[in-house]
Amino acid sequence: MSGSTLEIKDLHVEIEGKEILKGVNLTVKGGEFHAIMGPNGTGKSTLASAIMGHPKYEVTKGQILMDGEDVLEMEVDERAQAGLFLAMQYPSEISGVTTSDFLRSSINAHREEGDEIPLMKFIKEMDAAMDYLEMDKNMAQRYLNEGFSGGEKKRNEILQLMLLKPAIGILDEIDSGLDIDALKVVSKGINKLRSEAFGCLIITHYQRLLNYVTPDYVHVMMQGRVVKSGGPELVERLESEGYDWIKQELGIEDETVGIDA
Amino acid sequence: MSVELVDKYSVDYITAFSKARQEPQWMTDLRVAAQQKSESIAMPKPDKTNITRWDFNTFQHQANETERVSSLVDLPDHIKKFVDLSKQQHNLLLLKNQTNVHQALAPDLSDQGVIFTDIFTALAEHSELVKKYYMTEGVQVDEHKLTAVHAALMNGGAFVYVPKNVVIDEPLQAIFWQDDAELALFNHVIIVAEDNSEVTYVENYLTSHQETKTVANVIAEVFAKDNASISFGSVDHFAHGTTTYINRRGIGQRDAKIEWALGQMNDGDTISENVTHLLGDQSVCYAKAVSVGRGDQTQNFTAKIVNHGKHSDGIILQHGVMKDSATAIFHGIGKIEHGGTKANAEQESRVLMLSKHARGDANPILLIDEDDVTAGHAASVGRVDPVQLYYLMSRGISKQEAERLIIHGFLAPVVNEIPITSVREQLTDVIEGKVY
Ligand SMILES: Nc1ncnc2c1ncn2[C@@H]1O[C@H](COP(=O)(O)OP(=O)(O)O)[C@@H](O)[C@H]1O
Ligand SMILES: [Mg+2]
Repeated sequence: MSGSTLEIKDLHVEIEGKEILKGVNLTVKGGEFHAIMGPNGTGKSTLASAIMGHPKYEVTKGQILMDGEDVLEMEVDERAQAGLFLAMQYPSEISGVTTSDFLRSSINAHREEGDEIPLMKFIKEMDAAMDYLEMDKNMAQRYLNEGFSGGEKKRNEILQLMLLKPAIGILDEIDSGLDIDALKVVSKGINKLRSEAFGCLIITHYQRLLNYVTPDYVHVMMQGRVVKSGGPELVERLESEGYDWIKQELGIEDETVGIDA
Repeated sequence: MSVELVDKYSVDYITAFSKARQEPQWMTDLRVAAQQKSESIAMPKPDKTNITRWDFNTFQHQANETERVSSLVDLPDHIKKFVDLSKQQHNLLLLKNQTNVHQALAPDLSDQGVIFTDIFTALAEHSELVKKYYMTEGVQVDEHKLTAVHAALMNGGAFVYVPKNVVIDEPLQAIFWQDDAELALFNHVIIVAEDNSEVTYVENYLTSHQETKTVANVIAEVFAKDNASISFGSVDHFAHGTTTYINRRGIGQRDAKIEWALGQMNDGDTISENVTHLLGDQSVCYAKAVSVGRGDQTQNFTAKIVNHGKHSDGIILQHGVMKDSATAIFHGIGKIEHGGTKANAEQESRVLMLSKHARGDANPILLIDEDDVTAGHAASVGRVDPVQLYYLMSRGISKQEAERLIIHGFLAPVVNEIPITSVREQLTDVIEGKVY
């Protein structure tokens, strides 16, 4: 089975009237792992949120296409149905809704009406994925993300990724706040999905995750644009030299979106 | 009563009604005295709701012929679903049009002296016991016109008595089914839990009607003696045409515990007050309530706990969902009386607005006459959080389903407290029906 293609063309995005993304171009295909790196405040989460359709982010120019279909015309749930998944940097807490009920609703949302997943099958799949991610089973009965530690929230995002098996996964800072053991577990979960049918966009400002999940392509974002792209060797250079050389090369003083280049 | 009502329900009428039921004389006297008072005393004035135009006068006091219920299996579905028929033994009381049509109590409970029956049977068989608690220490006849009219016209109810040291594990369930559209329910429930006893009671007010004009005037008086525990659950679901007054009163003695879990799902204009007096030291009350307002209904809810006892603990939690052009106010009142040292009064009232035209308010009040206490309140009125919706929808869940999840989650803290599974499921169903 060949995968899907996500194309981002000249994407401009505003939050509350302030332009954050200033022309992003990127294509992710099934089977490919892309990493987006860059210091804080350079527009990485904005890109992820705009792709998924966060209500606060307004696309003012450019295109997002999923297998040629216009994603910007789709509601958020339709984007998920089309195969997009975003593991969020700050997942919402939803009181009164158990994680397990939420997971089942999510899975059923991807199935036809009348073809809902049988309860026992669901529990088996959920338990297996939770075991794989070394999660405490009690979490399934806790309210969604409520009172979860940072690490629990991240694992919960990966749990959803594993159960929903999207065509394109976008992982926003999935590594932040994780200790090394948790990082290994989360990486194991991501790597398990690696196939021709799955494309992944990994957003991080650390290199450490990329030691466990090797990207095929690496992009650096600054000032709301992709300013440099390369292969895995770029990760090593960033690890040893930091971002300054890129800034020098491009004559950038403040890499954040705040001040125009 | 209004002038027309006094004419219609005269002293003669009331006396005849009482005699026809072979009530004890004290009850006939109480009714007559209440009828006479009802002319002169004023209607209640619920804070921030004008009820002067509410119709408390259009109703029938007695039902037309009521068909008996030969077996629970033959109940219509909308009533039957509240009963868990898979169970061997029910502790169940079913009143249809205020007539006791089914009554069951586990034999070991009746052997221990537990009473669970309709109010008329209780008056016949346990007159002195009922007299001790009927509108004496709890709700007063002359609190206002509606309590007086209630006392004059009371036409049904339940009586629960749990003797000392008796612990009842299986909940008692009372279903008050108004099948006759015009029949008013002047329903009176009394629960007495003697020292060290425990009981869980759940009541359902159900109807087969929508628009016919009538009235519900419901009082429950709940007495938890020393170290007794009463858990009281309800699903109120009177119809759109029913103008409703509900007064649930609790009194807790030393080390007593009273827990309310109220599903306030009426479709018509409603005043519902739930007041608990924690008289005894270390007594505890949790007053939890959920409500859904829809259509054009106006509702006024009061959850109030008065801490008299030292170290008494009162916690109020009210969650309401408002849609269409419904209006509701949620009063949360925590009162600590002088002498209630180390008492605690907490409350939380939250209103979720689903429509631009709905109106919802939370009105938290703390009244404290003692220095050495703890108290706190939280109140909010808000809409469904768009970022929560986004999160759920980003997993493929439709907007409607995402809203449904958020609303159920919002009401869960109370719904999950309803003690009988079938009733809890039905409350969820009723909520579903009201919200969509
Ligand atoms: N909700 C918001 N309102 C206003 N500005 C925002 C908001 N979210 C992010 N920004 C701004 O957008 C810029 C990019 O943020 P973000 O995309 O989160 O960066 P990154 O994920 O790369 O750290 C930052 O300058 C930040 O201040
Ligand atoms: Mg970010």
